[in-house]
Amino acid sequence: MREPGGGLRDAYRNLETWLSSTPREDFDRLRQEAELLFRRLGITFTVYGAGDTERLIPFDIIPRVIAAAQWKRIHAGLEQRVRAMNMFLADIYHGRDILRAGVIPEDLVLSNRQFRPEAAGMLPPKGIYVHVAGIDIVRTGDDDFYVLEDNLRTPSGVSYMLENRVIMMRLFPELFAQNRIAPVDHYPEELLNALRAASPAPDPTVVVLTPGPENSAYFEHAFLAEQMGLVLVEGQDLFVANGYVYMRTPAGSQRVDVIYRRIDDDFIDPLALRQDSLLGVPGLLSVYRSGRVALANAIGTGVADDKAVYAFAPDIIRFYLNQEPILQNVPTYLCRRPDDLKYVLANLPELVVKEVHGSGGYGMLIGPAATKSQINDFRKRLQAKPDGYIAQPTLALSTCPTFVKRGIAPRHVDLRPFVLTSAEQVRIVPGGLTRVALEKGSLVVNSSQGGGTKDTWVLDAS
Amino acid sequence: MLSRTADNLYWLGRYIERAENIARMLDVAHRSALISRKDVAAADWGSVLGITGIAEAFFQRFSVTDDRSIISFMAFDHNNWSSISACVRRARENGRALRGSITSEMWESLNETWLMLQGKKYEDVSANGFSQFFDWVKERSHLFRGVTFGTMLRDDCYHFLRLGTFLERADNTARLLDVKYHLLHPADAVGGVVDYYQWAALLRSVSALRAYKQLYHEAIVPRRVAELLILREDMPRSLRASYREIDALFVELGQRYHREYECFRIAGDMYRRLRYGRMEDIFAVGLHPFLTEFISRTSRLGEQIVDDFQLAA
Repeated sequence: MREPGGGLRDAYRNLETWLSSTPREDFDRLRQEAELLFRRLGITFTVYGAGDTERLIPFDIIPRVIAAAQWKRIHAGLEQRVRAMNMFLADIYHGRDILRAGVIPEDLVLSNRQFRPEAAGMLPPKGIYVHVAGIDIVRTGDDDFYVLEDNLRTPSGVSYMLENRVIMMRLFPELFAQNRIAPVDHYPEELLNALRAASPAPDPTVVVLTPGPENSAYFEHAFLAEQMGLVLVEGQDLFVANGYVYMRTPAGSQRVDVIYRRIDDDFIDPLALRQDSLLGVPGLLSVYRSGRVALANAIGTGVADDKAVYAFAPDIIRFYLNQEPILQNVPTYLCRRPDDLKYVLANLPELVVKEVHGSGGYGMLIGPAATKSQINDFRKRLQAKPDGYIAQPTLALSTCPTFVKRGIAPRHVDLRPFVLTSAEQVRIVPGGLTRVALEKGSLVVNSSQGGGTKDTWVLDAS
Repeated sequence: MLSRTADNLYWLGRYIERAENIARMLDVAHRSALISRKDVAAADWGSVLGITGIAEAFFQRFSVTDDRSIISFMAFDHNNWSSISACVRRARENGRALRGSITSEMWESLNETWLMLQGKKYEDVSANGFSQFFDWVKERSHLFRGVTFGTMLRDDCYHFLRLGTFLERADNTARLLDVKYHLLHPADAVGGVVDYYQWAALLRSVSALRAYKQLYHEAIVPRRVAELLILREDMPRSLRASYREIDALFVELGQRYHREYECFRIAGDMYRRLRYGRMEDIFAVGLHPFLTEFISRTSRLGEQIVDDFQLAA
C-alpha cells in the first residue's frame, strides 16, 4: 500500500480515507456479515485430510488496489508470457527447435514427468494448448513484478475472485460509487468465448468435466458451469463411440465438442493414462488425438509450468518472441547443476526451496522461517535427490492492509490473474485473485495452508 | 439434462413414495392386528413381509412376526434396503447429488426428514403409538411432494421425479392388494365382522375409506374395493390413476424430446387396459393372476425406462 519511502500510493488514497473514517465496530460487523453471505452461498472448499469438512476460505474485507498504469504493465507481461508458453508447448510436441538450439537442456523437457509422449506430433484444435492460465505474481518494489509460478494445467480460484466482488459490492456500495473500479463479472462470458473458439466444429456443445463432489474445488466447477449455462459432467456421463465423444442424456446421446476439464492429465483416460482412474473417459485420448474434441487445457501443458522449466521462462520468451520479458522471473537455482547445489546448501537459511513437481505450498522449505532440524532435513533431501529441487531467494513481498484480530495490520499478498487464450486473442479480466498470508510475517498464501483472499481492484484509467 | 441427473430424480421420486407406502402397509398391519386373535395378529404383521418380498432376510434375524420385530426391521433397520429409514437415506443421497437441479426448499425438506429419522428406534415410536409415527412419515412425504409442486420448475427434471413417484405407487398399490386378494375375491368373502374391519383397514391404508363411502353409499363389498383401487381414475392411489399420470408424463417427454420410446408404448398399452377394463373380466381371470401380471409388467416398464433414457451409466 505504501511506497518504499513510506508515502501512500495514489491508488490507495480513497481507501485510506475510508479506513480511517470507519469505526472499528463497523468492520467487525461487516466481516461477520461477509462470512454469513459466503456460508449462505455455499462458497466452501474441502481440505484434503481433514475428513469431509467444508471450510470457508477466510475473506478479508479490505480490498487490494492496483493502479491503472501498473495493471497495464502486468497485463502486457502476462499476455507476453502466456503467448510464449503456448509457442513453447507447440514446439516441444513438434519440431523441438528450442531443444536443438540448446536453450533448454533436452532431458529437462523430454524426461520430465509432465511431458506427455501421447501429445507429441498432434496439434490441438486451433493450435492452442493453454486456454486458461493462472499466473501467480508478486510485487517487490514499485514497478517490480515477479512471476512466482505459471499454473498452466487446471488453475483454480477464479470463483473466489467473482464471489469476493459480489460480496464487496453488497457490503460497500458507496466505495464502488466513489472509486472507478474495473468490473470482473464478465469472466464467465470471456471463458465461454475462449472455450467455444477452441471447438473443432461449428455451434459446439461445451461441457465442464469435474472429478466430482469429493474434489476440493467442486464448488468452483459447479459455479462456473452454472454461470456459463453449461452442463457439469463427470467421467461416467461421457462415452466414446464412432470416433466422437458423447454425453448421455434422456433425449439421446449428444455429441460433445469442447471439454473444459478440471481433471489432471493422469486421470482423463483410463485406457491411455492411469488405468486405475475412475474419473476419466475410456478412449477420450484417441478422439482428442484425432482432433474431434478439444480439451481445455490441452494434454501435456504441465511440462511448461514445472518449477525447473520455470527457470528458463525468460529464455523461452526471448527465443519465440524476440522480446525482453516484461515481468521478471525470481532468480532460480537448479539443484541439478553442481554449482547451484553447492550455493544452495551453503545458504539454506536464506532461501526458499521447492520440489520441482510440488504444488499448493506443500513440500517446501522457507529458510528464514525454518527450524534447524527442518533445514537439516532438507539438506539431506537435496543431497539425495538434487534433481527434484529448486531454490530461490526470499523476496521482500509487498504487503496490504488486512483486518486481523488486533485491528488493521500489513500482511503479505500475491496475485493470481487468469489469462484466457483463443486463436483470435488473449483476454485478461482486470485484477485476479489476491491471496493473503494471514499469519504475521508469513509468505505462504495457499488456502490449504491457512491463507485468505481479498477483492482486487484495478482502478480505471479514464 | 444428463441421464445421471434424470436417474437421480427418478429414484428420488421412487424412494420417497416407497417410504410412504411402507408406512401405509405397516399401518394396515397394525390396525388389522389390533382386532385379530393372537395367532392371526402374527399373520397380520407377517403380511408386510409378503408385500416387500424380503421374508428370508427377516427370518434370518427374527423368529416371530410381531410389532417389535416387524417395525424394527421395516422402519429403522439400515441394513434392510426396504426399510423406511433406508429409503429416506437413499432419497437424500439422490437429492444431494441434485443440489443444482432441485430447489433449496426441496433439499431442506428432504434433509430434515433424514435428520429427524436419525437414531430413531422401536422404543421411540411404541411410546407414542405407532400410528403417530406412520402419520409422520406420510406427512413428510406429502410435504416433499407439496414443496416440489409449489417450487419446482416444470421442466424435464420435474417429469422424471414424478415418473418415479407414479411408477412406484402403481407397484406398491398392486402389491398391497395382492397380499389381501383372498379377502377381495367375491366367492371367498363371507362378510363377517372381522372381514369388514380388514377391508376398512385396507381402504384406510390408502386413504380411500371416505372415498369409498362417498362413491358407493353402501357397506363395504369386496368387488367395489377392488374396483376402487384398480379401475377408478378419480382415486389418486389406484392403478389406473397411477398409469394415467405415467402416460401423461410420457406425452410431455415425447413432445420435449421429439422422440418415441418403447416405454411410451408399454405404458400407453397398460393405461388403456385399465381405462377400458371391466371388473368382471378381471375376476374371470382371477384377481391374483391379474395382479401378478400387473406387477411384472410394471417392473418391465421400469427396466425399459432405464434403457430408453440411458439412466444406468
